Amino acid sequence: MKVLLRNPRREIEMDGPRRVHALLTKLELNRESHLVIRNGTLVPGDAELLDDDIVEIRPVISGGA
Amino acid sequence: MVAAGSKCRTCRGPAIIDLPRHNANFCAEHFIELCRRQVVKAIEQFDMLSPQDRILVAVSGGKDSLAVWDLLTELGYHADGLYVGLGIGDYSDTSADKARAFASERGLHLTEFRLRDGYGYDIPTAAKATRRVPCSACGTSKRHVFDKATLDGGYTVLVTGHNLDDEAAVLFGNTLRWDVEYLARQLPVLESKPGFPKKVKPLVRLSERETAAWCIVRGIDYLVDECPMAAGNKHLAYKAALNSMEETSPGTKAGFYFNFIENMAPLLAGRTMPQGLELGTCSNCGSPTTGSLCAFCHLVETASAHAPVPVELVMKKGRGRR
Repeated sequence: MKVLLRNPRREIEMDGPRRVHALLTKLELNRESHLVIRNGTLVPGDAELLDDDIVEIRPVISGGA
Repeated sequence: MVAAGSKCRTCRGPAIIDLPRHNANFCAEHFIELCRRQVVKAIEQFDMLSPQDRILVAVSGGKDSLAVWDLLTELGYHADGLYVGLGIGDYSDTSADKARAFASERGLHLTEFRLRDGYGYDIPTAAKATRRVPCSACGTSKRHVFDKATLDGGYTVLVTGHNLDDEAAVLFGNTLRWDVEYLARQLPVLESKPGFPKKVKPLVRLSERETAAWCIVRGIDYLVDECPMAAGNKHLAYKAALNSMEETSPGTKAGFYFNFIENMAPLLAGRTMPQGLELGTCSNCGSPTTGSLCAFCHLVETASAHAPVPVELVMKKGRGRR
C-alpha cells in the first residue's frame, strides 16, 4: 500500500494486510496524534488496510499557543 | 473492509473513528452528533454565547478555527470571521486561501487584515527584531488585532478555536512553572472588561483529533501542514508528553483540564494580577497595560523599524519532522 506522511510530506510503500493501529505502531506514531484516511475515507484503529489501498496518515497536532 | 468488531456505539453501523476516551467507536453521522453535543454542552456549561450575541471568530484557515465557525453556524449562531495575515511566506498564503474558500462556499463574512499593511511588520521580521521565539510575537499580535477588531466592530464576543489539547498543553506548561497569574486566567470564558472583549472557547470539550475528524467528515478543506515557525516549540513538546500518557491512559487530558477547571480554578479567582500591580492604559493605543507602553506597541515599535526578514531566515534547520 502507498502511505502518505506529513511534516515533512513523503510517501512510503508498506505491505498489507495490516491493521491501522499496527501500521501506526510500526511507524512509531502516536494514535492520539494522528488520523488515518483510507482511499479518501476516515477509518478506525482496527480497520484492515490492504495492498492496493492508498493511505494518508494525517497528523492532527497544531503548534501555536 | 472495516473489521467486524468496529461498530458505531449508537447505531451499530460501520465505525469511521475510535475514541478511546469515550471507550467507543462512531459512524460519521453519530460522530458529528457527538461533537455537536459536546460544543452545546460547553456553551451552556460555561455560559459562553446567547442567540443575541454578535460573534467574531478568529480564523486561521486551520482545522480548529474552521471547525468552530462551521459548528457555530450549524447550531444557528450568526458569526463573522477575521483572518490575520501574519506574513509567514507560503504558509500564510495557503492559510488565507483556505479561510477565503471556506467563507465563500458557505456565504459567510470574512474580513482580512495583514500585519504588514496595518502595522508595518510580519512575524518572521518580528521574531528576528525581538530575538524571541516567533510564537511569542505571533500571540501578542493576534491577541491585539482580534481584541481590537471585536471591540471596534461592535461584536459582543470573540470566539477562538482552542481545543482540549491546546488547553491541556497550556495548563501543563503553566503548572510546570506554577505560574499562578497565568493559571488564574486559564478559563474557557474570559469576561469582558475595559479594553478587552469577552472571549470564549467552544471547542474545549473536543480533542484536536476530534476537530480534525470533524473537518474531514464535513468535507472542510483546512490547512493540514504545520506552521513552519511553530515546529519545535514548547507547546508541541507538552502536547507530545500528554499524548504519550493519553495513549496508555485514555481520558488523561480531559481529567487534567476539567478537574483543574472544577477544583483549582475557583481557588485562583482574583489572582490574575501580581499583587501590587495595577492596570493602567497604554500611552500609544489606549489598551490596558501594566507599563506605560503595552506589549503590542513595544513589538510594533521594534519590528516595524527592522528591514523585512523572509521566513526561511528565521526557521531552525532540521525542525518540523515528527
